[in-house]
Amino acid sequence: MVFKKKDLLGIRDLENEEIQYILELGESFREVSARYIKKVPTLRGKTVVNLFIEPSTRTRTSFELAAKRLSADVVNISAKNSSLVKGESLKDTAKTIDALGADAVIMRHPSAGATYFFAKNIKASVINAGDGAHEHPTQALLDLYTIKEKFGRIDGLHVGIVGDVTHSRVARSNILALTKMGAKVTLVAPPTLIPVKIEAMGVEVTYNLDEIIGEFDVVYVLRIQLERQTESLFPSIREYANLYGLNLDRLKKAKKDVLIMHPGPINRGIEISSEVADIPQAVITEQVRNGVAIRMAVLYVLLGGAEVEKVANQKR
Amino acid sequence: MKKLLIKNGRVIDPANNLDETLDILVEKGKIVVLNKNLNSDGAKIIDAREKIVTPGLIDMHVHLREPGREDEETIESGCKAAAMGGFTSIACMPNTSPVNDNSAVTEMIIEKAKEANLVNVYPVAAITKGLQGKELTEMAELIDSGAAAFTDDGKCVQNSEVMRRALEYSKIFDVSLISHAECSELSQKGHINEGYYSTILGLKGIPSAAEEVSIARDIILAELTNTRVHFTHVSTEGSLRMIKEAKERGLKITCDVTPHHLVLTDEALLEYDTNFKVNPPLRGETDVNALHKGLSEGVIDAIVSDHAPHAVHEKDVEFALAAFGIIGLETTLPLMLTKIVGEGILKLPELIKKLTIAPAKILNTNKGNLSVGNNADVTIFNTKTKVRVDSNKFLSKSRNTPFNGWELNGVIDYLIVGGKMIVEDEKLVNRA
Repeated sequence: MVFKKKDLLGIRDLENEEIQYILELGESFREVSARYIKKVPTLRGKTVVNLFIEPSTRTRTSFELAAKRLSADVVNISAKNSSLVKGESLKDTAKTIDALGADAVIMRHPSAGATYFFAKNIKASVINAGDGAHEHPTQALLDLYTIKEKFGRIDGLHVGIVGDVTHSRVARSNILALTKMGAKVTLVAPPTLIPVKIEAMGVEVTYNLDEIIGEFDVVYVLRIQLERQTESLFPSIREYANLYGLNLDRLKKAKKDVLIMHPGPINRGIEISSEVADIPQAVITEQVRNGVAIRMAVLYVLLGGAEVEKVANQKR
Repeated sequence: MKKLLIKNGRVIDPANNLDETLDILVEKGKIVVLNKNLNSDGAKIIDAREKIVTPGLIDMHVHLREPGREDEETIESGCKAAAMGGFTSIACMPNTSPVNDNSAVTEMIIEKAKEANLVNVYPVAAITKGLQGKELTEMAELIDSGAAAFTDDGKCVQNSEVMRRALEYSKIFDVSLISHAECSELSQKGHINEGYYSTILGLKGIPSAAEEVSIARDIILAELTNTRVHFTHVSTEGSLRMIKEAKERGLKITCDVTPHHLVLTDEALLEYDTNFKVNPPLRGETDVNALHKGLSEGVIDAIVSDHAPHAVHEKDVEFALAAFGIIGLETTLPLMLTKIVGEGILKLPELIKKLTIAPAKILNTNKGNLSVGNNADVTIFNTKTKVRVDSNKFLSKSRNTPFNGWELNGVIDYLIVGGKMIVEDEKLVNRA
C-alpha cells in the first residue's frame, strides 16, 4: 500500500487500512529494536526535527530513538531553547524550519489544532505528537498495537477509558482508533471530566466504575492532573481516587485477564495504585517499548516514499 | 447640489408600507416627492429599472478600530466598506483604544466621519468607564456629543448591580442599552461553541448557557427597571425563546442577529480555520434553525454585520491565540439576499425592514425611511447579479472573512447619502 498523506495529524484523518498497515509495519520494526545493532539505513540523509513546545520526556525520546534507528538525522527544539520565547510566531518558526530543509517535524504543542496550522505552513511532513486536548495519534497507534499483541484482535473487545477525558488528547485519539477497529468503548469518569456530546463519537458513558469494570477486556487509565481540583472539576484527589482509582480491591471485580494500560506518566496512588501498576497485566512499560516501533513505522510511511512499497513487500 | 431623479425602481420602504414601482425626486439633499412618472428639468436621472430602491441601509453594529488600531480599519476605510455594502448609516462600537467612554472620543469619531464625508456614523459609547464594568460613563454628556446608544460590547457588564443602575440611569434619555450577553465565568477560555465539534477538536467550548444566563438576567433587569434593552448578535435557541416570551409580555426588548450566525454552523471549524472564530461562537444546526424562525416570526428585529476587522497576524496563528471576529460590511446584504431571502426565510421587504427602520428606531434616529422631507439616504441595488466574493477587492483594510470565494447575489448600484451620490454604477464616487 502507498501512504499518500503528507502529515499524520490525527487518527480522524486515517482510513482503517492505513491504521492496519502501520500496525503491520510496527511488527517488522519491533524486530529492529531487538537486534544487537538497533539500526537500519532506511531514512539515511533525512532530517527529522523534534519540535516540542510543551515538555515531554517519553514521547520526545521515543520519537528520537525511532528516527535514529532509521538512520535519520535528528534535531531537538524545545520551547525553552527556541526563538518562540523571543516572540517568534509559529508561522515564522514553520518557515524557518522549512528553509533549513527538514523532511519531517514531530510536533507537540499546548494548543489544539496547532499542528494543522503548522502543517499548512511547511513543506515537511508533520507528525502530531500531541496538540492540546485534540489528538495524540501515535499514542493511540501504539496502544492498538499493544492490545492486538495481547488479544490477537481489537474487534469485539470492550475497552473502558477511565479518567479525565475532557482534557485528554490520548482519550480522543484512542476513542477514534478503537471504534474504527471495531472495539466497544465505554468512558468512566465524573460528569465534570466528560466532554459534551462525546456519545456522538460512538462511545458509552458511565459514572460508576465498580458497576462496569467486570465487563472490560481493557481498562485504560488516564492521568489525572492535580490542578483540575482547583477548577471545581472534582472536590479532592482523595475522593477521585476513592471513586475512580484503580486499586487491587476494584481489580477483583474485573475479568481475570483484563489488560491495564496507562499513557504515562502515572500518578501512583491516585488514578492507579502502586500495586496495580506493577502487576503483569499492567502493560505500561510495554506500551513504551512498542511506541518506538510504531513511531518508526510512522516515520517510514511518511518519509519512505517510493521505497516504502519495495521494503514492505520484501518484508511480507 | 444637483437634483436627482430615481426612476422606475421597485421602491421598498417598510416604514411607510411601500412596495411598488415609483420615482423619487431628491432636491437639496431631501426627498421631495415619491410618485409614478415624475419628471424634473435638469435633474440627474438614475435609471433604477429592475432594481430595488430602499431607504439607506443601517448597520448598527460595526467596529471601526479608530482610534487605536488604524492598521486594521480607520473611520474612513470603514465608511468606504459600508458604502460598498449598501449602508448609509453605521453605528460603531466603543471598544477602541482609548475606549469611547468620554465625549472627546465621541466627538473625534464624529469629526473624522465628517471629514470622510461618506456615510453617517453613529458612535455607540461605553456603558462603563474603560469597559471595566464598574463605573458608569457620563451618559448625558456623551449623548450631547452624539452618542446614539450605549454598550460594553465585546465585554458584558458582569456585575448585575452595575447593569441595573445603568439601565435605570438610561431612563433619563430613553436611550438603548445594547447588551452583548455573555457570562464571562461560563465562557472563559472558550474558543468555539460547546458541543460535538468542541469535543472532537479538543477546544474549550463556550456553552449556550454563557449567553442565555446573561440574557435572562438582563430581561429580568429590564422588567425591574422598566427600560429598553437591545440584545446584539443573539445566537442560541434558548436566547430567542426568552426574548420572545419577554416581548409577548410587553417588555421593551429588541434584538439583532448577524449573517454569519444565520448561515454557518460550528461544523465549519473542523479544519481550525480562524476565519470562523467569532464571539458569540458559531452554533449548531438547531440554533441556526431557531434563528431563521426568529427572523420570520419577527422576534429578531434587526440584522447587523458585527464587522470586526483584524490584522492578518492576529488571525494567522494558533487557533487558541487568534482574535475573535470577522468583517462583514461588504458581504452582509448579498449574504442575506442569497441565503435568507433566496431561501424563502424572509420576504425582501421584511429583510429591508430589519436593515432600515428597525435599527433606526433602536438608535433613536429619524433614518431608515423614505418619508418626504427627510434627508435623502437611499440604497439602490439589484438582486440578480451574481458575484464571487473577493476579499482582495474589499475597501475595508482587513481581509478576515470566511466568505471569500462564495458566489452570492446582489450588487450595490447606487448609494445616496443626504442627496449626495456616494456609489455610482457599482463604484465609489471619486471626489478628490
